[in-house]
Amino acid sequence: MTNAHPGPATRGTARSIGRIALRRLAFAVPVLLVVSFALFVLAKASPFDPVERYFGVRIIGASPERVAQLRENWGVDEPVVAQYWAWLTHAVTGDLGDSLSLQQPVSAVIGDRLGWTVLLVSVGFALALVLGLLLGTLAAWRQGSWLDRSITGSCYALEAAPVFWLGLAVLYVFALQLRWLPGGGVTTGSEPPSVGGVALHMVLPVTVLAISQAPWFVLFVRQNLLESFTQDHVIGARSRGLPDHLVVSGHALRTSLLPFLTLLGARLPELITGALLVETVFSWPGIARATVEAALNVDFALLGALTVMATGVVLLGNLLADVLYALADPRVALDG
Amino acid sequence: MADLTWRPAPRSRLTAASPPRSPKWRLLPSAVVLGVVAVTVLVVPLFVELNEQYVDLAIANRPPSAAHLFGTDELGRDVLLRCVYALRVSLTVGVVAAVISAVAGTAVGALAGSIGGWFDRIVMRVVDAIASVPHLLLGIVIVAILRPSLSAVIISIALTHWLTAARIVRSEVLSLRTRPFIDAAIMGGATRLQVMTRHLLPNVAPQVLLATTLMVPHAVWHETALSFLGLGLPPHAASIGNMINDAQRSLLIGGWWMSLAPGLLLIVTTLAVSGVSGVWRDRLNPKRRTELTW
Repeated sequence: MTNAHPGPATRGTARSIGRIALRRLAFAVPVLLVVSFALFVLAKASPFDPVERYFGVRIIGASPERVAQLRENWGVDEPVVAQYWAWLTHAVTGDLGDSLSLQQPVSAVIGDRLGWTVLLVSVGFALALVLGLLLGTLAAWRQGSWLDRSITGSCYALEAAPVFWLGLAVLYVFALQLRWLPGGGVTTGSEPPSVGGVALHMVLPVTVLAISQAPWFVLFVRQNLLESFTQDHVIGARSRGLPDHLVVSGHALRTSLLPFLTLLGARLPELITGALLVETVFSWPGIARATVEAALNVDFALLGALTVMATGVVLLGNLLADVLYALADPRVALDG
Repeated sequence: MADLTWRPAPRSRLTAASPPRSPKWRLLPSAVVLGVVAVTVLVVPLFVELNEQYVDLAIANRPPSAAHLFGTDELGRDVLLRCVYALRVSLTVGVVAAVISAVAGTAVGALAGSIGGWFDRIVMRVVDAIASVPHLLLGIVIVAILRPSLSAVIISIALTHWLTAARIVRSEVLSLRTRPFIDAAIMGGATRLQVMTRHLLPNVAPQVLLATTLMVPHAVWHETALSFLGLGLPPHAASIGNMINDAQRSLLIGGWWMSLAPGLLLIVTTLAVSGVSGVWRDRLNPKRRTELTW
């Protein structure tokens, strides 16, 4: 759509997109610092001592020198700010400390699992978008029909259903009763992961994630389309005798999709939450399991890193949504 | 040459949004369901001497029957009865957490809105920052620090949900501040505190109450998710999340009824709550879209 404004406007667009991105980044960096510092303070304020945790019951037999040595090495008795600074300087270089519960460096724990989560989330999100656009358009087009009613009705019901309950239902029907698809993990037995096998294992979790996220998109697209049907350019297109499908795809959808871009960014936290629960139901080898383990074992190094990372993803999503919006709507870009 | 014969315009189905149906259609069924749920949840445990923890291994894992409408679980406990108690626990958690977060949010929002300036800017930036952390993750962190328990769950929900109330109250206060009656009150010699308590807060009260009711399903959902992950209420307590968590094991041996009942009950209750509050919201600000959040 930027093609409509060639020349200087395009250059202006690029510049103002850069400005939007900079402004968002200027907000994101302090947020990440504040969030990580707050988590750090919370962890320090909690009554858990990582050294005692490390020794467990063996602390009774451990020599005081060894305990003191460890306290010294880990720096647990230094002021919070000094410890935070140490953590931060290491974190910037990619060293996020060690996970006590999984006995591995945090970066290794996350590195092993992140790919699986990203795979699940991205495919699920894409499917939810497609579903949202298709069903939302259909429902608006056939407003008031049985099709519209059943689409909107099931959207309301799905909005109210907990995603893990949905997951269990799907698991029971398709994996346990019908035995059409595998219901857990990414491989069957001990065979190495293959593209086809993983794709087959992905079907159920991805579908559940998508249909749990789709209702918002469906209702949003439907509502915006209905509003755009009364706008001048759509009425104009209709009065020129264009058939419905061209009016919808060429005129109505274009304008009503603009606010949709903002919704994409706004839905990211829910998407991450949904992915955590879906992963748990389907024993997906992503970060969900590690998150729950970390929480149960008060493993703040891991939990903190995961939380800060998720926050970073959300902020990045908002940035992308803003940039897309500016790209799609030259008015925004020109305003700066 | 162009075809100049007259043709009828194609039949179009693109019409403006039809006016919403009479609120009766949403209010009546929602209110009835909510009433039934409320009575069951509040009254049944008072008058019926049934123990939801009653274990009878002889009738374990029975599918739904006349004696046990939703079947029995792996320890022979009646699923329907446990559902009633679970909903009681979940709704209590939801309502308490929603009220706490509404109070906290109102306080923060009202202060930010009425003081304004750099204070407002800093507070709202902090709100934005907290809103960037996915709710469930933040909730998990808080539960991890406080250890899983009823109060930890309530605190974790309250701490993640006050942001909405704070934003609503702040924007309401900002728009109220410019109204003549506030100027009149200040001219009349009202102190800052009096303006706040006499004039600003009573006027945002309806919005806050509405936001609180809308927050209840959210809070219940949050509790359920935490319990499902094993980070919520203690495992023996009947809550919707715990029941679904327990029912996972039974699914493998074909016990579908143990997770079906609590899930359905939760969906129906949530729909009823949002149905009633949706009608209420349309009354309160008729111009807002009704469709998006029902």
